[in-house]
Amino acid sequence: MSRLTKLFAVFCLSIVLSGCNAVVMAPAGDVAMQQRDLILISTFLMLLIIVPVLTLVVVFTRKYRATNKEARYEPDWDHSTHLELVIWAAPLAIIICLGAVTWVSTHLLDPYRELGRIAPGQPVTPDMEPLQVEVTALDWKWMFIYPQYNIATVNELVAPVNRPISFKLTSSTVMNSFYIPALAGQIYAMPGMQTQLHAVVNQPGEYRGISAAYSGHGFSGMHFKFRGVDDAAFEQWVTKVRQAPDTLDRARYLELEKRSENVAPMHFASVERGLYTAIVNMCVERDKMCMSEMMAIDARGGLGLAGIGNMAPALYGGGERNRAVFGPQKTYVAAICTVDEAIAMTAKLPAIGAPNAAPFIGAGLRQPSMLQAAGATGWLTGHEHFNQTAHAAIL
Amino acid sequence: MSSDIWTFIFGRLSWDVIPYYDPILVGTFAVVLVVGLGIVALLFKHKLWGYLWHEWFTSVDHKKVGIMYMVLGLVMLVRGFADALMMRLQQAIAFNGSEGYLNAHHYDQLFSVHGVIMIFFVAMPLITGFMNYIVPLQIGARDVSFPFLNNFSFWMTAGGAVLVMLSLFVGEFAQTGWLAFPPLSGIENSPASGVDYYIWALQIAGVGTTLSGVNLIATIIKMRAPGMTMMKMPVFTWTALCTNVLVVASFPILTAVLTLLALDRYVGTNFFTNDLGGSPMMYVNLIWIWGHPEVYILILPCFGIFSEVASTFSSKRLFGYTSMVYATIVITILSYLVWLHHFFTMGSGASVNAFFGITTMIISIPTGAKVFNWLFTMYKGRIRFELPMMWLIAFMFTFTIGGMTGVLLAVPPADFVLHNSLFLVAHFHNVIIGGVLFGIFAGINYWWPKAFGYKLNEFWGKISFWCWVIGFWVAFAPLYVLGLMGVTRRLRTFDDPSLQIWFIIAGLGALIIAAGVAAMAIQFAVSILGKNKDWDTTGDPWDGRTLEWATSSPPPQYNFAFTPIIYDNDAWADMKKRNAQHPTQGFRDIHMPRNTWAGIVLAGLSVVLGFALIWYMWWLAVLSLAGIVVVSIMHTFNYDRDYFIPAEAVVALESKRHKPVPAGE
Repeated sequence: MSRLTKLFAVFCLSIVLSGCNAVVMAPAGDVAMQQRDLILISTFLMLLIIVPVLTLVVVFTRKYRATNKEARYEPDWDHSTHLELVIWAAPLAIIICLGAVTWVSTHLLDPYRELGRIAPGQPVTPDMEPLQVEVTALDWKWMFIYPQYNIATVNELVAPVNRPISFKLTSSTVMNSFYIPALAGQIYAMPGMQTQLHAVVNQPGEYRGISAAYSGHGFSGMHFKFRGVDDAAFEQWVTKVRQAPDTLDRARYLELEKRSENVAPMHFASVERGLYTAIVNMCVERDKMCMSEMMAIDARGGLGLAGIGNMAPALYGGGERNRAVFGPQKTYVAAICTVDEAIAMTAKLPAIGAPNAAPFIGAGLRQPSMLQAAGATGWLTGHEHFNQTAHAAIL
Repeated sequence: MSSDIWTFIFGRLSWDVIPYYDPILVGTFAVVLVVGLGIVALLFKHKLWGYLWHEWFTSVDHKKVGIMYMVLGLVMLVRGFADALMMRLQQAIAFNGSEGYLNAHHYDQLFSVHGVIMIFFVAMPLITGFMNYIVPLQIGARDVSFPFLNNFSFWMTAGGAVLVMLSLFVGEFAQTGWLAFPPLSGIENSPASGVDYYIWALQIAGVGTTLSGVNLIATIIKMRAPGMTMMKMPVFTWTALCTNVLVVASFPILTAVLTLLALDRYVGTNFFTNDLGGSPMMYVNLIWIWGHPEVYILILPCFGIFSEVASTFSSKRLFGYTSMVYATIVITILSYLVWLHHFFTMGSGASVNAFFGITTMIISIPTGAKVFNWLFTMYKGRIRFELPMMWLIAFMFTFTIGGMTGVLLAVPPADFVLHNSLFLVAHFHNVIIGGVLFGIFAGINYWWPKAFGYKLNEFWGKISFWCWVIGFWVAFAPLYVLGLMGVTRRLRTFDDPSLQIWFIIAGLGALIIAAGVAAMAIQFAVSILGKNKDWDTTGDPWDGRTLEWATSSPPPQYNFAFTPIIYDNDAWADMKKRNAQHPTQGFRDIHMPRNTWAGIVLAGLSVVLGFALIWYMWWLAVLSLAGIVVVSIMHTFNYDRDYFIPAEAVVALESKRHKPVPAGE
């Protein structure tokens, strides 16, 4: 038995040691690093109660085994108010701590929130312009548009180190989850909706990016390389992409959107203006009404019965493809405005500001000294107002 | 023209949908065919069809229905586990450019069907089987409130299982994951029969589950023996009550959401499509509003089993009965307030995520209280390390760890890096195997002597125990590690060779579990066929404490000749203490429900209806639906629904019992 125990201990140890090359435990980006810290803190808080419980299991089963006639036996002892208080209060105390940590960290690490720092002790300064990346999940590859540089790539993502990255994400057909474990937590990319993610990469290197949510036949091949490089290398890379022969306009996108698997990286020297917004609003085909337009019309009371007359059979998707057996031919709401007009109707989502880097002071009390080492527990630093909460993404 | 007729008769069914090109499936089919024909031949040879029909298939006896549920669950466990082994093998070899041995079409069905079978057709039948068998015995009732409904519920569940098994050889199963999220499961992205199999199998089984929930609630509320107030009910019955409240409140949501999905797929509505106002997020919300309570539907009865086991094998009253009951009720209510934690990563706001994260953590408080209660039940007890007790101790270790990783996943920012990863997969297997399955195994070993009159073989039981427990950790500890290495679920091939060793270890773990499954099968076979059975002549082999141990093993069809009167929540221990005596005279005729064929026929017609809808055979769908209506009406005109066991027969049966059994005074 003791040999078994020893083997088990070695086994556990090997697991712990292997944590060294586990990317979630040793990421390259500040956001993922804070999420890692949160895993460690939560685990520690829970072990405070798990370890005594498991120890007691061992002690009690040994001591009160039936063969041990020495131990006290009280077959009718079934209640103790003091003990009851402890067994409800002890988990409650842990959960109160963990709940406080959860509330604060969930707001500070909200993927929609702008970054407040790029690394412990290095707050974001106004002169750092975040890198904008517009991500589209296609069947089955990832497309990245860099609006500031007017370039696009497929299955290759490059970002300069120590510069905040602001992702906007959507999908063409089904749900996927955009996940670069070394950079930050994942966020879903969903058709007709937009999600956001803010992150920063601190260590140069090449990392794995994946779709974390199963999306169909070519799912296993839907991964890409994410590279964190220094500013000069990033400029070089942008120049290289700009020299690519291919460009991305609506027609090219509709071709790219078709199903394909294990796609090699692609570069596009330029991108048609408004393409990403059109993808989110599901109106890359010019005859389809953009969702933003539809919502703008509905917000003014809608078209009433007349709206039914505004349906057109799908031109690009193929009206007969995979329709419901008793369903009507596949139709879309036809566009009324031009695309530019429709896109102009898109309501701009108010951004969630970066957290205030000033120490969090509650009700005029001084901050406890243990929290003043803000560098180590950066996510505990406060912010003054949670101004934007519900932002469930539909544009 | 002839093709039109073919389409009319067979819908979209054709030779092309038979997967004869897949050697794995053809091989499986051959084995199933040979074994199936062998069983059928044996049944003919021993002329057992009549026996099965009269004594089992048409039986409304809650004990026989319960055993049929258990058989269904164990058979489907073998199927679901075979799928798991295949996935483990694929993931262990698909490295360095190798495609493994499964293509995406096959592999994607495997992980979908594995989840569906394990939840709906293994865990659900097994816990429903226990509740069916044990609850009426524990509350001193002669049967459930609606005996016919009980038989019908079982056959509907079995009907769903039949459809899922059919998808193996006719057509395909869904390639969507076990919850079939749209838009992937919509007609545009999944036009084939797979998702339709999913929808109709779950709809048919769902009818059975919902009705069995109604039945058990009515039974527990209305049929308790005199003196058994709510706070004198055994804890297993309490957990069964809470579970069935959850069933009745949550399964209609599943039925509704699958109906909406079916409408999208069949008549072109746009509930969950991308276009024309559909909202896939609505499906995700609705299915998890069912899906999270479902988790507690599975685990609560197992908590109940462990409570019974803890006090019986510690030879001691259960510590903190009242707090146990309130913990169960709190879990029941809270289980409706946490569903969003399954999709923190879908872009809800921070306040919403934090709210659902914290409600999730709060559930760990009553759960923790339960663990402490079992712990202090052992304290100052006399612990006998019989098999059920061993499962309890393994459960306390395994489930506590699983609970800890669960709370970790409830912290939204931590979930962002762990969601959809193998860490998540390891977590839910940790609580479902370590909690639900271990509980079921404890229950099987605990109540087997009650159901069959002899104990299960202990040697093979221990081998099975150690294989399962060690196998579980060898199989799933590597998945925790892989999750922390950023590896996500449902992947078929891998490009990072450093991951392979972990998948190989996990595969070995699965093999150890396979040995555990085999040992369990041997345990059953040795116990059933063995000559030297450990016969239980007392009806109370474990020195039990609750009422089911007051009757003989196996119990007579009427359970108790006299309805017992209850004074204490450990009713049987209390009777033994008071030295109550079994009455030897004054027997009366006993009123019992009569068997009926209506349940199995209705379920059979439902399977035909489901099959017809899946394959677009509209004439058959109309015909079978009409058949269901006609048979239902016919059944309402069946007035021959009950009979009396004459007092003399009761006397004869009772005198054959080996030991006097106390009853109420």
